[in-house]
Amino acid sequence: MPADSDIVLEAASITKSFPGVRALDQVTLRVRRGRLLALLGENGAGKSTLMNILAGVFPPDAGTLRLYGSEVRFPGPRAALAAGIGIVFQELNLIPHLSVAENIFLGREPRTRFGLIDYPQLNSAAAAVLKRLDLAVEPTTLIADLRVGQQQLVEIARAVSEEARVLILDEPTSSLSAHEVEVLFGVIAELKKHGVALIYITHKFEELAHICDDVIVMRDGRVVGESLFTDLSREALVRLMAGREAKESFQKSPATAGAELLRAEGVSLPGAGAGVGRPYLVENVSFTLCRGEVLGVFGLVGAGRTELLETLFGLHAGRATGRVTLEGRPLDLASPAAAIAAGLALAPEDRKRDGLVLPMSVAANASLASLDRTLRGGFVSPTREAAYITPYVERFRVKTPSLDQLIVNLSGGNQQKVILAKWLATNPKLLLLDEPTRGIDVNAKREIYAFIDELARLGLGLIVVSSELPEILALADHILVMCEGRQTAEFARADATAERILAAAFPAAATTAA
Amino acid sequence: MSESSPPFSLRRFQSLFALALMVVALSLLSDNFLTPDNGWNILRQISVNLCLSIGMTLVILSGGIDLSVGAILGLAGAVAAGLLKSGVELGALGVRLEFTVTGAIVAGIAVGGAAGWFNGFAITRFSLPPFVATLGMLSIARGLTMLWTGGFPITSLGTSFGFLGTGAFLGMPMPVWIMLALVAVFVVVTRRTRFGRHLYAVGGNERAARLTGLNVPRIKLAVYTLAGALAGVAGLIVTARLDSAQPNAGLGYELDSIAAVVIGGTSLSGGRGSIWGTVLGCLIIGVLNNGLFLLNVSPFWQQVIKGGVILLAVAIDKLNARARDA
Repeated sequence: MPADSDIVLEAASITKSFPGVRALDQVTLRVRRGRLLALLGENGAGKSTLMNILAGVFPPDAGTLRLYGSEVRFPGPRAALAAGIGIVFQELNLIPHLSVAENIFLGREPRTRFGLIDYPQLNSAAAAVLKRLDLAVEPTTLIADLRVGQQQLVEIARAVSEEARVLILDEPTSSLSAHEVEVLFGVIAELKKHGVALIYITHKFEELAHICDDVIVMRDGRVVGESLFTDLSREALVRLMAGREAKESFQKSPATAGAELLRAEGVSLPGAGAGVGRPYLVENVSFTLCRGEVLGVFGLVGAGRTELLETLFGLHAGRATGRVTLEGRPLDLASPAAAIAAGLALAPEDRKRDGLVLPMSVAANASLASLDRTLRGGFVSPTREAAYITPYVERFRVKTPSLDQLIVNLSGGNQQKVILAKWLATNPKLLLLDEPTRGIDVNAKREIYAFIDELARLGLGLIVVSSELPEILALADHILVMCEGRQTAEFARADATAERILAAAFPAAATTAA
Repeated sequence: MSESSPPFSLRRFQSLFALALMVVALSLLSDNFLTPDNGWNILRQISVNLCLSIGMTLVILSGGIDLSVGAILGLAGAVAAGLLKSGVELGALGVRLEFTVTGAIVAGIAVGGAAGWFNGFAITRFSLPPFVATLGMLSIARGLTMLWTGGFPITSLGTSFGFLGTGAFLGMPMPVWIMLALVAVFVVVTRRTRFGRHLYAVGGNERAARLTGLNVPRIKLAVYTLAGALAGVAGLIVTARLDSAQPNAGLGYELDSIAAVVIGGTSLSGGRGSIWGTVLGCLIIGVLNNGLFLLNVSPFWQQVIKGGVILLAVAIDKLNARARDA
């Protein structure tokens, strides 16, 4: 490792909790002069939270930030910016109906003697920055008239123009063309030469070889690995990202596959269209699932795993194509209500956004899908509701002071268990679990593995989407690997190895890049 | 506690405390405040706002807003009064349809419900923001009221219709009966029906509600239709009490009802709150208006003070939320 005197920004033992979840747990990270630190990790690993803390968006609960060795506290993003920390967020933060130049210098506009904006000065300064990024747009163009990729470059131009000493880039290339990526890498090399320290968040391994000096990997709010990039093989990197080597103490019971439950043939989901992103988010995926089986779906972020589950659950009605049958009968992909009526259930990846009604109680969340079964004379009966839902809540060992506790106060693991309880209460035939252990502590994780195993033994079919390889290897009877929307491999449990799965999960081009 | 809707005992307690404080203060300041007559007065005065505010609570719980209730109140009252007074000419048939009191009441509520349904239709079918959809309806209903009345009040509606506004049953004024009945019904609807639970779910997290298989558009449609129908009921009360349908009836009432809901602790972002809170909110506003009137405070100052109370209530609410999250 390079000398400590080169450290520009240090985050030491940063801890941050949100209601029900510990987003960061004693995270330490150092960025050095003229070097690029790649921050890797799956969605929900805590990367964005950490970046928000570095950029002064919110304060840490515990831990310190040091800039050139002296402790700093940022009351807000402006303070961080003033201290020389620039950030390009993943989501675009541009004002659509202002010009490119006005956006680049928003809040720092050059003024005339009379205090008005000096437009000639503004536009020429903007033109200079745009030239640096090889972005051929007029400074006076409105942001709304640019392509998303160009907007992303304007965002980067703004950060570059701030002459930051630390520059944070959160997935900056997600909508850039190959040429634009090249230019960006050129700018990054130049910034490094000028001594700027960079933090770079990405899911694209193939980018790292061109720009990366140091790597840090996060999972579940903790740093799980740190290394010089050159010391790291791709396999080691993916293993770090994808999860612990040890399968922990979970022991899967032997499969007892029953009759065919689900058959999917040629399931496709077109993308947003008009040249944005891939033409298909899910492309011609086919598989079968029997009762009592767990199908694991593995893939990198953006492989189309979530979209596949959503399609089966009727969330892309009218756009998705393909033939899906449940117990031999055609499954209507028209709406979640139709899917639920047919016996499907979906535990979504983002629990807070899609799974839970946060202002409601544990009981109300758990009974939401099966309220009809608890009515008495057409009316909600709290006693009957509690009586109906309690066995499910207890079965999943939800730790809550009472059923009336607001769900927002539970830990991530217990929230996930409530979601499982909610669906089990509908007597489903097929459970779709999207990243069922994301953001959940190790013990709750093990419990959830055991529940998945138990549910399979009871004859349910389960589809588990996960980006943790050990999780897939531990749970699945069959493994479907997806890459860029297509199914690239299928393995029986006995034939599946980490190497074979990973080989199928990477885009063909990437295997040579790193 | 075994209630299934979210517990808000602390907040409810705060509003109750504020109300009690006001009552004590006003009884010390004015001899005329704590009398039975004045008590009925206050209840009669808040009955219209409470009818509107029950509907508004449903709308706000679902995560929306309804700016059209005041205008719908005016339209429903005018339609009922007009039908009662002169019926409706069925042009092609050359027949004049006369309306009984009951017929006029049903028609008034139906007009309100139809206007509310249209709000819901615009919001669910064309994804209009509720603010915009109901702002449009505000103007439409006002215009229709003017067209229907020609800009003149419709008066002398007869005693049996007037009973609705000025009569009493078992010593209690009719508007108060209606108000209490509606409160009872909608407390049950929000806390003890599937619809009520789904309403909280849609307002609390629409995406999760949809992913749980709830028919979100149908729920919203029902909410706005109910809010319109309740505005219709309020319109009938206003019209019956004055024995006249004023073309401008209900002007600005939507703001009073939003104020009552907010003071009652219902969150404008949806999913949190209760009918009880709204009852307290209406009482607080009613007692405040009444007390300031008794104390001879100028009506202009009354407005200023009411605005201050709204800001204070919401600020306290925010502080509570921050304390909860910390």
